[in-house]
Amino acid sequence: MNEMELLTWARGTALNLAIGLFLLGMLWRLVEIYTLGRKPDLAPPRKAEGATGWHTILRRSLSPPGMLKRSPISYIGGYIFHIGLFIVVFLFAQHIKLIQSLTGLYWPGLPSQVIDAVTVVTLATMLLVLFDRINNPVKRFLSTFGDYLAWALTFLPLLTGFLAAKHLLLPYTTMLAIHILSVELLLIALPFTKLIHVFTLFASRWYNGDINGKRGVPV
Amino acid sequence: MTASLQKGINALKEVIDAPVASFFASCVHCGLCAEACLFYTETGDPKYTPIHKLEPLKRVYRQEYTLLGRLAKMAGLAKPVSDDELEAWSELVYDSCTMCGRCSMVCPVGNDLTYMIRKLREGMAVSGHAPEGIIMATKRTVDQGGPMGLKWPAVQNVIKHQETDTGLSIPVDQAGAEYMVLLSSMEVVNYPEYLGALARIFNKAGITWTLSSEAYEATNAGIQIGASDLAREIVSRIVNAAEKLGVKKVLSPECGHAYMAIRWEGPNLMGRPYKFEVVHVLEMLDELRAKGVLKMKDKLKTPVTLHDPCQIVRRGGVLNAPEALVREVVVEFRPMTDHGKMNWCCGGGGGASAIHEPAAEALRFTAFKRKKSQLEETGVNTMVTFCANCRITLEEAIDHYEMNTQLLGLTELLAEHLED
Amino acid sequence: MNKEETLLDHMEREGMSRRTFLKYCASLASLMALPPTAAAAMAEALGKARRPSVIWLPFQECTGCTESLTRSHTPSVEGMIFDMISLDYQETLMAAAGHQAEEALHNAMKDNYGKYVLIVDGSVATGLDGAYSCIAGRSNLDLLKEAAQGAAAIVALGSCAAFGGIPKANPNPTGAVAVSDIIKDKPIVNISGCPPIPVVITGVLAHYLTFGTLPELDGLGRPKAFYGETIHDRCYRRPFYDQGKFAKTFDDEGARKGWCLFELGCKGPVTYNACATTKWNDSTSFPIESGHGCIGCSEPDFWDAGGFYKALSTPANPLKYVGAAAAVGVAAGAAVSVANRASKNAAKAAHEKTQLTDLEK
Repeated sequence: MNEMELLTWARGTALNLAIGLFLLGMLWRLVEIYTLGRKPDLAPPRKAEGATGWHTILRRSLSPPGMLKRSPISYIGGYIFHIGLFIVVFLFAQHIKLIQSLTGLYWPGLPSQVIDAVTVVTLATMLLVLFDRINNPVKRFLSTFGDYLAWALTFLPLLTGFLAAKHLLLPYTTMLAIHILSVELLLIALPFTKLIHVFTLFASRWYNGDINGKRGVPV
Repeated sequence: MTASLQKGINALKEVIDAPVASFFASCVHCGLCAEACLFYTETGDPKYTPIHKLEPLKRVYRQEYTLLGRLAKMAGLAKPVSDDELEAWSELVYDSCTMCGRCSMVCPVGNDLTYMIRKLREGMAVSGHAPEGIIMATKRTVDQGGPMGLKWPAVQNVIKHQETDTGLSIPVDQAGAEYMVLLSSMEVVNYPEYLGALARIFNKAGITWTLSSEAYEATNAGIQIGASDLAREIVSRIVNAAEKLGVKKVLSPECGHAYMAIRWEGPNLMGRPYKFEVVHVLEMLDELRAKGVLKMKDKLKTPVTLHDPCQIVRRGGVLNAPEALVREVVVEFRPMTDHGKMNWCCGGGGGASAIHEPAAEALRFTAFKRKKSQLEETGVNTMVTFCANCRITLEEAIDHYEMNTQLLGLTELLAEHLED
Repeated sequence: MNKEETLLDHMEREGMSRRTFLKYCASLASLMALPPTAAAAMAEALGKARRPSVIWLPFQECTGCTESLTRSHTPSVEGMIFDMISLDYQETLMAAAGHQAEEALHNAMKDNYGKYVLIVDGSVATGLDGAYSCIAGRSNLDLLKEAAQGAAAIVALGSCAAFGGIPKANPNPTGAVAVSDIIKDKPIVNISGCPPIPVVITGVLAHYLTFGTLPELDGLGRPKAFYGETIHDRCYRRPFYDQGKFAKTFDDEGARKGWCLFELGCKGPVTYNACATTKWNDSTSFPIESGHGCIGCSEPDFWDAGGFYKALSTPANPLKYVGAAAAVGVAAGAAVSVANRASKNAAKAAHEKTQLTDLEK
């Protein structure tokens, strides 16, 4: 297989399969999780301002009082790499082009220099949070193979995308193919790793906000 | 005795639901819950990380309710939860967790870890891995009516004394009253003036009320140990008595977990809504304050701070009444840095204070360092609180560290300064 | 012109100076990245070369490759060299037809057995035993196998012969394959492109005549000298790509300013060919210079590699399995859900009301 065939395969068959498997896995997991159901709360609720699941979905994106000081790397690093990933994935012109070809929806992108800078900062921050995972006693204690796998699956597309766009290390064709393949790995693994939090966190926050909101506590 | 691992696993299978599944799926192992837990912050030991305390529940969830987990279990690739493991986890689920709910406040993906600890305790209790101290308290509550084994004649004695002291009559078993008042044994024994204070307040406000000779104890060790069947038995005494008397409202005493049991868990344990309303004593007092009925003759001169009991404030939703009432009765109020719904636990909630093993007690004293530094930061020597269990835990720790901090109960403080 | 005449003799007779010929050799040598001394060797070898016999077999093709080679606007050295081979069989160009033509083919194969160069353009149909494409009642497949036996080397000319090309495009009804898929025991050089650049084939022939071997090839059997770099690497619009300046439509300001055509589907970054350096039509221009993106015609399966106007970053048909995947996913989830419900109900049924004695072992 030459590099062009690899790219064609990555953009064709492999992508079709990856998107299919992603959808399959995601629906399977979401149905598996959310059909477990829950009992209705029979205690009469207490009404309070901002105490609903919907509020918690938004509110939990901010650091609760005192927490930023206790764990600055988790919060600042977390914000930077999540926002960085969002910018690179959704505001890079070539990615928008891809989304447009899939859905017909498009929006203005950012100049490639900005994307380059954000990518470098995000890569550096991801290395920092990896270091923190190894260095922080709690994170190290909690970490399993799955945590490092999830990190690598997120880091690789970012790195290979950057190398491809900058024509570094390998010929563009090969690097682009590797980039696409790394995204496909990420897609396939997402429903079965902690990366599923991309979707479930909204429900989790809602449940928490709802459970405590019924008691009149905005959480 | 009939506790067994099988019963424990079965109980866990019964209580695992969609929120639990969603929470475990969402966890990214960020460890922020540890930073919210005083057992971690004061010991620095990662094993006290809240999500780690839930490991047995997570494994049962995965092995019983996910396809991959089921397959792994069938193929013998999944490690089943064992008795030894649950025994080892007892310390993490009871001694070092007070179900204070602080971790549930900070989890960035929104996991309500406390909700899951409560469920895990269902399995721990019937597999025989609850600490002896909480088992004993549960037995006393079921067999003798209260965790301290307080009997009705003793309550009658207190009633007589308080009637003499206040010159007011304290009604018993009076049908059709607006309020049926519940007590916690600790209050009756250690702070009997509570009852007299209520009598004066009701009298002033012109509210009808009653005690029930069949149900006067509000505490419920069943929810602490995590045995819903027993908790139901305990709470049903109150519900039956209140519905028999036909009262409009039941007044929960200060005690934190009593409020949790009767207000929030009770209807779910009974499987139906009550025919009456449950009101926390501070809610009622705050309402009277707002109406201008609750007037103070003078105010406490020394500056005070407030310890917010978790089960009443963060987990119970009585968010605003405590501070409003404290400000009514003191000259200077200095809130702690983390207060209200972000307050730190006393270290003895969720049944922990009933565990008397030396290691558990030592751990409680270590955890108290958090409260100690909060207190020292305010620079005051008087701390007001409104939960008998917090109060006992705090007092033991204050003695242990030989601090000169004075501890006051809020209702009691209000009663002392109440206009005659 | 007889078979014993050398190229140099022929050129002199045609009025071309020796100097022009030497310049041609020098430029060819440099184009193929050969050392400067090679130019002299090449001139000498070419000068003395006798006309090798060339058999040109057309299979599933459109004659575009032949057009490309023969349609020079002015007589060129390439044209001359082309004159100088003994083109013993080429259906499009030969005067003979029918049985005469077939006779010429068989004579050439017999007379030059083991020495002739076989040029193939077009892909080989393999479906229905090759019946999709026949000449004189024989399938291309048979003809190729027979002609290849006596060939010294094979030139697969154009993307169809080299990689299967358009006939091989989905759904490939004729079972078209490349020459190299059939012939495994002869040196084959792939001169891909749809059509290939004329100077590339003359370069390869010159190399063969000079050194008696095929030039150095890349992983796809293409001469590295011409296919060593991507169009994108040598594109004069490359600076715009690097600056992120892209034409968004074929008539916007960016297009008028000559910005990069990546977003309009240019396949330059993944296409290896010499268009950007040798250009076309006597070095006049090449597609990108005319304002159209590269379609990647010198790469395998270029016809199926997504749309010509879809940016490289956009895939062809990624939602192909979405429907089936969603159905299987929901079914799997629902199956687990049913099993979970049964499991939970069983747990509830097995529940024994907790007594105080149940708290201890």
